[in-house]
Amino acid sequence: MSASIKEAFAAARGQGRCAFLPFVTGGYPDPELCLELMQTLDQAGADLIEVGVPFSDPLADGPVIQRSSQLALAAGATPGSVLELVARAAARVAAPLVLMTYVNPLLAMGTAEFAARAAGAGAAGVIVPDLPPEEAGPWLEAARGQDLDTVFLAAPTTPPERLARIAAVSRGFLYYVALVGVTGAELALDQGLLDGLQKAREVAGLPVAAGFGVATPAQARGLAAAADGVIVGSALMRQMLEAPQAKTGLAACQRLAQDLARSLGRA
Amino acid sequence: MSLPDEQGHFGPFGGRYVPETLMPALQELSRAYAQAKADPAFQAELAELLRDFAGRATPLYEARNLSRRLGRARIFLKREDLAHTGAHKINNVLGQVLLARRMGKRRIIAETGAGQHGVATATGAALMGMECLVHMGTLDIERQAVNVERMRMLGARVEPVEAGSRSLKDAVNQAIRDWVTNVGHTHYIIGSVVGPHPYPMMVRDFQAVIGREARQQALERTGRLPDLLVACVGAGSNAIGLFHPFLGDEVAMVGVEAAGHGLGSGAHAASLSAGSPGVLHGASLYLLQDQHGQVREAHSIAAGLDYPGVGPEHSLLKDLKRVRYMAVSDDEAVRAFMRLTREEGIIPALESAHALAALEHLAPELPEGAMVVVCLSGRGDKDLAQVAAYLEEQS
Repeated sequence: MSASIKEAFAAARGQGRCAFLPFVTGGYPDPELCLELMQTLDQAGADLIEVGVPFSDPLADGPVIQRSSQLALAAGATPGSVLELVARAAARVAAPLVLMTYVNPLLAMGTAEFAARAAGAGAAGVIVPDLPPEEAGPWLEAARGQDLDTVFLAAPTTPPERLARIAAVSRGFLYYVALVGVTGAELALDQGLLDGLQKAREVAGLPVAAGFGVATPAQARGLAAAADGVIVGSALMRQMLEAPQAKTGLAACQRLAQDLARSLGRA
Repeated sequence: MSLPDEQGHFGPFGGRYVPETLMPALQELSRAYAQAKADPAFQAELAELLRDFAGRATPLYEARNLSRRLGRARIFLKREDLAHTGAHKINNVLGQVLLARRMGKRRIIAETGAGQHGVATATGAALMGMECLVHMGTLDIERQAVNVERMRMLGARVEPVEAGSRSLKDAVNQAIRDWVTNVGHTHYIIGSVVGPHPYPMMVRDFQAVIGREARQQALERTGRLPDLLVACVGAGSNAIGLFHPFLGDEVAMVGVEAAGHGLGSGAHAASLSAGSPGVLHGASLYLLQDQHGQVREAHSIAAGLDYPGVGPEHSLLKDLKRVRYMAVSDDEAVRAFMRLTREEGIIPALESAHALAALEHLAPELPEGAMVVVCLSGRGDKDLAQVAAYLEEQS
């Protein structure tokens, strides 16, 4: 049984460190290797693992996650198969699992059914990157009914009054988009970003995790000062995509994850 | 009726389903558009450009040879093919470049399928002295080479999109990603009545000039309103432009989708006839998808119809049964293309040829003396090589 998101952030904070949240594309390269990757990341120091439901038209994603999503779909991944994978992973990893899905696969399954199956699989929360609070009514109701945390995103372009509205519907943590762009783009770690994160933490009243473009331990460490958690997706998926074999990809992900976790203060 | 609502909903359709990064930009765009719409200076400048630059009003031409062959009705063609750049797309682009200038944006991006919207956008950007980049699928770059050249001549960069379908759907994905990345100084000119609010409303408003003119011209010419309007529907901009000013009248309307190789073949672009509601490119609408919510690739011989979704307002009009939607095949469209070329001396765009092909089905149902307006949304110069190759293949 997964620990809850709240406890995961509290545990990291108790140890005086920033939480590490790696992302994997569900079902990539195949279900077994994806499961192995989640276990590897868990052992390498993940505090929480995000599992992406591959989608044909991932608007918020850069080339790396577009590619891993396409390959997962080509390998037969569906929202249902990713939920099954989450159920298997939940029994094997300590870190809570959070699903990330674009809204259309969620609607195609039906919001109530998706929420029930996600909760049944042991997921602790769900992120829907193309569902702003304005359109989230039915989803919020379905997720609350299953005690699933609803993670919303805030961006550097989000004005303060909107930030409060986003925080009000967020549970578990707030996902702060660290750059103006798509996942895996080049991150400039400047004062503006740190100020934005600080502001988000003040308003949110719950942990704030920063993601998009975080690729190196140095970047993670730079964000740790202003965030409760750091999310890394494309950099890990790139290790898998560029590896000549899946095993070497897993080993590369393990090394990178260990380095990232250490840079965030894990002993 | 006054749709959409404040949040951009047309009944259960429309809305805003986008990454948070774009939400403030969409709110800013909504505000800027509302102000511009109410500003007589903006409207006057747009009207002048539409008249002197785009060549409006476009004629309402009575196609007598076509009417005679079909037998019963008087068929009028709304000649959007005679608008500057060769299609209705310029109507929307001129509105949006004026808006972009007003908002202080210096970079314009667009997606294009057939290249007509890309050419119109490149033209508008040249007029305004703005930087312009057009995202275009590599399949479309191959089949619409003439328009690619035109865009480049006009100073635009054409960015090839290799992903997925290599056509319009993935060009829109890439344009939205570009906008997410450059939202501070960039305005995204969506070419049709899709995308997040306010685009479906705003593009409709700019295209409604088609229907307003047609209405006035019909009244002047015949003293009454038409009985039937017919337009092709890819994502739906020329159709909504023609239909919208008549929605409150007793005028029948038919939207014609692309049936590609046939609705049963799976290779078509008929989202209303054979799709289901979902979310694509920021709005809730009818789209082609599998049972898991993965968006299917569309197919049409007409690159401008080769899109797996139809705008939210059309989606509602279908559910309300206010507009009848049907689909015609690649083959029917090519035959209609050839017929109009030989019969009237007008080479239509393959997109518009779908509307003409539907007439063959609709004419026998019409009462004697019925008056029909067909939107001839664009001219077919861009399609000559493709039609020639198609006919070669068939023979």
